[in-house]
Amino acid sequence: MIVLEGLTKKYGDFTAVAAIDLEIPANCIFGLLGPNGAGKTTTLRMISGILRPDAGRVLLGGHDVHEAPEPAKALLGFVPDRPFVYEKLTGAELLRFTAGLWGMAGPEVETRIDELLELWDLTPWKDQLVESYSHGMRQKLIISSALVHNPTVLVIDEPMVGLDPRSAWLFKDLLRSFVDKGGTALVSTHTLDLAENLADMLAVMHRGELVAVGTLEDLRRQASAEGASLEEIFLRITRGATDEDIERVLSR
Amino acid sequence: MISTYRVLLSPKLQTVRHRSRGTGSRTARQILIGALGLFVGYGLYWGVRELLEVLLTVEDLGRLLAFKVLSIGLVAMLGILLLSSLIAALSSFFLARDLPAIRSAPADWLAVYFARLTETLVSSSWMVLLLLIPLLIAYEQVFDGGIGFYAVSVLAFVPFFLIPAVVGSAITLLLVRVFPASRSRDVLGFISIGAVGLLVLGLRVLRPERLVNPDASRELVDYLAVLRGPSSPWLSSQWTVDAVAGYLDGAFEPFWLLLLWSTAAGLVVLGAVLHSRMFPLCFTRAQEGVDQRVKRHAGWRAYEALLSPLPLRRRELILKDTRAFFRDTTQWSQLILLAVLVVVYVYNIRVLPIRSNEVLERWLVSIVFFLNLALSGFVLAAIAARFVFPSYSLEGRTLWLLGSSPVRTSTLMWSKFWIGAVPLTVLAVALAGATNVFLGVGTGLMIISLVTTAVLSLAFTSQALAWGVFFPQFEAENAAQIPTSVGGLLFMLGAIGNLILVILAQYLPLRAYVWSGFPGGEARDPTGWELGIALVLTLALCGLTTLVPYRAASRRLDA
Repeated sequence: MIVLEGLTKKYGDFTAVAAIDLEIPANCIFGLLGPNGAGKTTTLRMISGILRPDAGRVLLGGHDVHEAPEPAKALLGFVPDRPFVYEKLTGAELLRFTAGLWGMAGPEVETRIDELLELWDLTPWKDQLVESYSHGMRQKLIISSALVHNPTVLVIDEPMVGLDPRSAWLFKDLLRSFVDKGGTALVSTHTLDLAENLADMLAVMHRGELVAVGTLEDLRRQASAEGASLEEIFLRITRGATDEDIERVLSR
Repeated sequence: MISTYRVLLSPKLQTVRHRSRGTGSRTARQILIGALGLFVGYGLYWGVRELLEVLLTVEDLGRLLAFKVLSIGLVAMLGILLLSSLIAALSSFFLARDLPAIRSAPADWLAVYFARLTETLVSSSWMVLLLLIPLLIAYEQVFDGGIGFYAVSVLAFVPFFLIPAVVGSAITLLLVRVFPASRSRDVLGFISIGAVGLLVLGLRVLRPERLVNPDASRELVDYLAVLRGPSSPWLSSQWTVDAVAGYLDGAFEPFWLLLLWSTAAGLVVLGAVLHSRMFPLCFTRAQEGVDQRVKRHAGWRAYEALLSPLPLRRRELILKDTRAFFRDTTQWSQLILLAVLVVVYVYNIRVLPIRSNEVLERWLVSIVFFLNLALSGFVLAAIAARFVFPSYSLEGRTLWLLGSSPVRTSTLMWSKFWIGAVPLTVLAVALAGATNVFLGVGTGLMIISLVTTAVLSLAFTSQALAWGVFFPQFEAENAAQIPTSVGGLLFMLGAIGNLILVILAQYLPLRAYVWSGFPGGEARDPTGWELGIALVLTLALCGLTTLVPYRAASRRLDA
């Protein structure tokens, strides 16, 4: 459902994403992991058509996102890493506006808006301006806006930021149901528990490259870490600071 | 305290330094901006110099008139500085995104006050300072002031800029104290109303019509009294004029500099005391949330019905922008200011002395026709800078939604163009119609004027949007800040250039008609050919200056 072919993005001399290839099938939750600055957000922004790649292409449902954006994006729901939305619209107006961008209006949309707001306990805030929403409420609203037009592909950058435990549980349940009904979800996250428990497939991105791709078992094999947790695999693959580094910082 | 002050300002200084470093294309852009700035600065210098030389030819009154012009200019600048300071202080003391970090740090309160006051001073004054420099050079050249004049000017103008910044910061603090719950929205509303008051007051204080026509004063003695008397003895602008004009006249009195500096110092102390007493409470109250429930009024439903024939996506974009505009006080409060500007402008045209002994001065009418075109064009450009230029920047961090939707980003350009162009054109046509009726111009010129202002509004809308797309200010903390950026300045320069070309395109075919009205000529109406050529040239020019920026910005958005 999501296909990346030689996807590349450079910022000046710095290569943020280095010719990555990836195929994510339907009915799959795909977890994208990686340290800060690995290129995850840039990749997700290219997949959702916000950033144009310097080379390579992105196919959604067989449509090139940059050459045929309309049919490709018609399938897409996107949740960005930071919940910036129109502050001067109400929650309901934002969802109505989003549905309008996907060419949907009328009573069905209104029912859908009510259902989504109810799901996230946002109904009392329906007619309040978004500027008065808390961080978590904005995150719920943005997840709702990604779902309001019934997409078949969800691209989500850091879904758990600001969500309370009940909402986090609800999100996981929602994502599983979405995929079971034929959807495809690409989720970038630092929450390794979420990835370990929820994702059908995983990829670890490091310095712009996909350094490991597959199921959790595949990743264990690639990292030569039989029986290891995802956290241990991640640390082994990305090799960050050591215990000695931490000791040195704290001893001053 | 001083080291904390330096630390607090360091992020801004570092940002400026990083910006000035930059890549090849950025350096090229900076050179271009610098060259344009120098060009405009030289133009201003030249214009003021010419004006002063003409004024000095008036026997006995020349020098008085020249200083009166400086006085009027500085009163206007003081008003602009005070208004800018109010908005800048609201941003730097209450809305800036780094304030929570600063408030949570063990920073000396006085250092915080001085750092924020410095930011307010710089952001409210830099544009006025750029305008002032060529003006002062012109005075120095014409009056042969020498290096001493520049020294006196620096000493006089530092407190001139400082006083409104301190006063603006203090008023903002008091306003936030008075309107705690409704936060910045009401404060800005109040500021707008205050600005209206200031403008009206400024006009009353100046009474410029008394300077236009000496005949209007019953006696020459009255006229001289108007010229000799200070415009406004209680304003720091007048003290500044007294200091620099005194120096140029060979009658320099240090008293005025002492008065300026002691007032500025006294106000800084008062401002600091006020800040120490009130800021913690005001800052806390500024953070308080308010109930912002929105109800759908009948007016909104009617507006939605009016837009219903449009395709769904375009309609939603227009509805979203309209809602955002009218719910953002920093945006709509500027409408009040705009209304006053327009009323004052139309009124000034109404009272222009174009009749002498009840006989219409034809040559004056044709001159004023072009002057009116220039001034109303300038008003339109200023309005476009205020309302249209920021519209793309305001999308800023929410562009991800449009970017990920199946709508081409250039559709945004379409909706923003029409949402800006329709009200601007209506205003332009009304402005041109009303002023030309008061001027008593003929039907041909009236048509030309209406068409010109209409197509100029389309061109300015397109250019304001395009400059906004190429020079976005995504980090701006409110809409009112955005037009004061480099992109806003470039738009104004470009729009003024466009206006000059349009005036030339009309003057060249109509020049025989214009000169026929002068004393000694055979007064006549413009011919159909003259009007036709002027109209065609205007349409071609504005068509070009509308389409080229529109297409360039659309391409940029879709890239």
